[in-house]
Amino acid sequence: MAYKLNVNGRVTTVDVTPDTPLLWVIRDVLKLHGTKYGCGIGQCGACTVHLGGRAVRSCQTPVSAATSAPIVTIEGLSENGTHPVQLAWQEIDVPQCGYCQAGQMMSAAALLAKNPKPSDGDITSAMNGNLCRCGTYLRIRQAIHKAAQLANTASAKTVQTAAVNGLK
Amino acid sequence: MRIDRRSFLKVTAASGGGLLLGLYSQPEAKAQGRGPAPAPPDPHVYVKIGRDGTTTIMAKNPEVGTGVKTMLPMLIAEELDVDWKNVKIEQTDFDDRKYAAQFTGGSMATPTNWVPMRQAGAAGRALLIKAAAETWNVPESELTTSAGKVMHKASNRSLGYGELAEKAASMPMPDLRTLKFKDPKDYTIIGKPLMQRELPDIVTGKPIFGIDMELPGMLYASYEKCGVFGGKVVSANLDEIKKMPGVRDAFIVERPEVTEQPLPNDPGLETGIAIVADTWWQAQTARKKLQVTWDEGKYANQSSTEFAQRAEQLSRQKPQQRLRHDGDPEGALASAAKVVEGAYSYPFIAHAPLEPQNCTAHYQNGKCEIWTNSQIPQGGRTLSARALGLEDKDVTLHMVRGGGGFGRRLTNDYMVEAAYISKMVNAPVKLLWSREDDMAHDYYRPGGFQYLKAGLDKSGKIVAWRNHFVGFGHFNPETGQVKFANAAAMGPTEFPQRFVPNYALDATVMDFGKKTGALRAPGSNSFAFVIQSFIDELAHAAGKDPVEFRLALLNQGAPLEPPAGGRGGFGAPGLNADRMKAVVQLAAEKSGWGKKSPGGTAKGIAFHYSHLGYFAEVAEVSVHSGNKLKVHKVWVAADIGSQIINPSGAENLAQGAVIDGLSELMAQEITIEKGHTVQTNYHQHPMLRMAQVPEIETHFLKTNNPPTGLGEPALPPLLPAVTNAIFTATGKRIRSTPLSKSGFSWA
Repeated sequence: MAYKLNVNGRVTTVDVTPDTPLLWVIRDVLKLHGTKYGCGIGQCGACTVHLGGRAVRSCQTPVSAATSAPIVTIEGLSENGTHPVQLAWQEIDVPQCGYCQAGQMMSAAALLAKNPKPSDGDITSAMNGNLCRCGTYLRIRQAIHKAAQLANTASAKTVQTAAVNGLK
Repeated sequence: MRIDRRSFLKVTAASGGGLLLGLYSQPEAKAQGRGPAPAPPDPHVYVKIGRDGTTTIMAKNPEVGTGVKTMLPMLIAEELDVDWKNVKIEQTDFDDRKYAAQFTGGSMATPTNWVPMRQAGAAGRALLIKAAAETWNVPESELTTSAGKVMHKASNRSLGYGELAEKAASMPMPDLRTLKFKDPKDYTIIGKPLMQRELPDIVTGKPIFGIDMELPGMLYASYEKCGVFGGKVVSANLDEIKKMPGVRDAFIVERPEVTEQPLPNDPGLETGIAIVADTWWQAQTARKKLQVTWDEGKYANQSSTEFAQRAEQLSRQKPQQRLRHDGDPEGALASAAKVVEGAYSYPFIAHAPLEPQNCTAHYQNGKCEIWTNSQIPQGGRTLSARALGLEDKDVTLHMVRGGGGFGRRLTNDYMVEAAYISKMVNAPVKLLWSREDDMAHDYYRPGGFQYLKAGLDKSGKIVAWRNHFVGFGHFNPETGQVKFANAAAMGPTEFPQRFVPNYALDATVMDFGKKTGALRAPGSNSFAFVIQSFIDELAHAAGKDPVEFRLALLNQGAPLEPPAGGRGGFGAPGLNADRMKAVVQLAAEKSGWGKKSPGGTAKGIAFHYSHLGYFAEVAEVSVHSGNKLKVHKVWVAADIGSQIINPSGAENLAQGAVIDGLSELMAQEITIEKGHTVQTNYHQHPMLRMAQVPEIETHFLKTNNPPTGLGEPALPPLLPAVTNAIFTATGKRIRSTPLSKSGFSWA
């Protein structure tokens, strides 16, 4: 069946069965590989994308339920990697393997959009559905606080330079 | 060093006119004796310098999240003396003729590359200095370098490396013995917290992982294997499957000889059913309709419950083999003032790296090209070549970032499957396992049972130690020898051997019908729990403080016997008691050991030596009603030598090891019923989530020893540090993991 999807601001039509998870449409039909498969049962959060601004598990979202609202994937989070979350993730040097991090960042970005100054408790509730097998949780928390700070200042550019040149 | 000029020119042309330090050479590095072959200390193999001074450094080892793709180039860049900003990093293909050993395992990247990578950088710098000396006609001794430039102070001249690269490439290699490494106080790269270079790609979702590979005309494959290892297909409804939407092919892969291996390490291609489709979802959808009649074979009756019962019986029988015998353990136990016994056990667990196993392969005209996130591609190349009827040289391996390794990608089953399926369908194929496939067909961390008995003398000193280790493997009654399953061995010099005068290690094994393998800190990840818990039992039995008791034990060691054995791996020296005492003292000091713990909390300590690293950890916990456990804080004290190469990566890895250890401790367990693995996905084999993560404080003690690795050795002491803290808090001694089996859960 044909489904019209708005992904990262672009409207495309895909021809798949109605039960195809949005994850596999994004990865294998639209060839956007930033969104990751980890468990397929909504346990790990590696597949997290935004649907109408909400963080959802794309492995648990059939394509037929994804036509009504715009979808944003990690590739569409910002024009050129300058979303505060993306900058903070680099400044804090969060990842080890990096596989879960797109999902982590999408959850974090959805949290910050709703709650620009989250407490530790807010962060824990918003992020508890995202697993990191390497165990980078302490840095994820730190990076979310950093991103909240960045979003409130105009220093995003400085941070970007820092991220390229090394850590502070 | 001879440079092949023709190759050099070819590479120059191919790279768009940039000038290079020649890329080609034929290092003669070969594995000699024990341990991995040393990397060739040759700049031509790793360094390309463009005319604009841009320096490209080749990263030779597979990256699965340990940071090695950034760390190894840091070593070269430091001694080459370039500005890190101007360094680009490129992942090499697998080419053992050029790079010797290329693997990520055993925490070996640092100890095996610390010298040769810096030599390669220093030799490159020497070539550039020679080129400048010749250009200016001045003695080399008058030249200095800094940030990618050679300088002649006397005449106030300087030339960028880019301007010197072509000339440098034609210079003879310097004698490595004449090279002088930088004084660490002059380091501008080593020792600085540097971000992993792939971060910009990671945070923008670039397709850099194995699972992201795309080739023109690529098909997607699923592979169904029997839940019981070695099971064979009797029949399957393949005609129906082939008619499903998007399915290109479905076929049985036969590999009967595999089932004849009683102790398979990496059996290569296993029997199964391949489904190949236009998308992976179509392949998986068709797979749901698959009806297979299996001949499950000889392991169809194995169960975890039965293993546990048998282990208990076996523990009371004569051991199959005595692996180590010092002094008179039986006599010393009989005359000891106090005897303590403890029966310990730990389960099989799965690796479950977040990126499920996958591989992309393209078989064409008797050659195969493979894109893999393997931690040790070499084994996969051999297995693939065999399965395809090719020679090793006909298989090309490209190394792609892996979403975690933890030892799972030290075996290459998924690589062989992808290569074989590609050959069968005559097209490029991406094979992807589901998470359920991964849980069912892992090389599990071996479970085990240890029956310990130790004697204390009147002063509270350990005088006897006996361990009957009931594990997995195969016993040959004719030779009286035990052959342990893969990664299931306990070495005869396991601590506290050498520190207790009367010591015995006995072993009995049970045949196991599933694959086992190395999980982060293999052996150590379970042995540390047993040994450091039992030492804690002895400390309490002796009425001694657990830190003081451990320091006293470390003080009573006999000298190391040459040649050293031990669990260091790769012929490493055994535990050095002074280094261990120092980290125990550091952990105690930093954690405020001996002072009153804050309200309701209690501390536990443990230490362990593995992978050449010395680690002591203290955990502070509280246990609430209903056995709700909260780990408040963990202190990690480590001695991995004189230099932390990338402090940012190092801290991250140490924190990760603590968190990984907590996951293993609380609830991870693979159980077997009727030969099948019971757990299917993360909900039944849970890992820590953010809410449960404690504060973690890491302290590196810098000592005058060569730098060693960090991927693994921070994990083992975590489990006993926590269980020893639980004992202090509650008086309840934990002798079996995971804790969930004893009714614990996270607070």
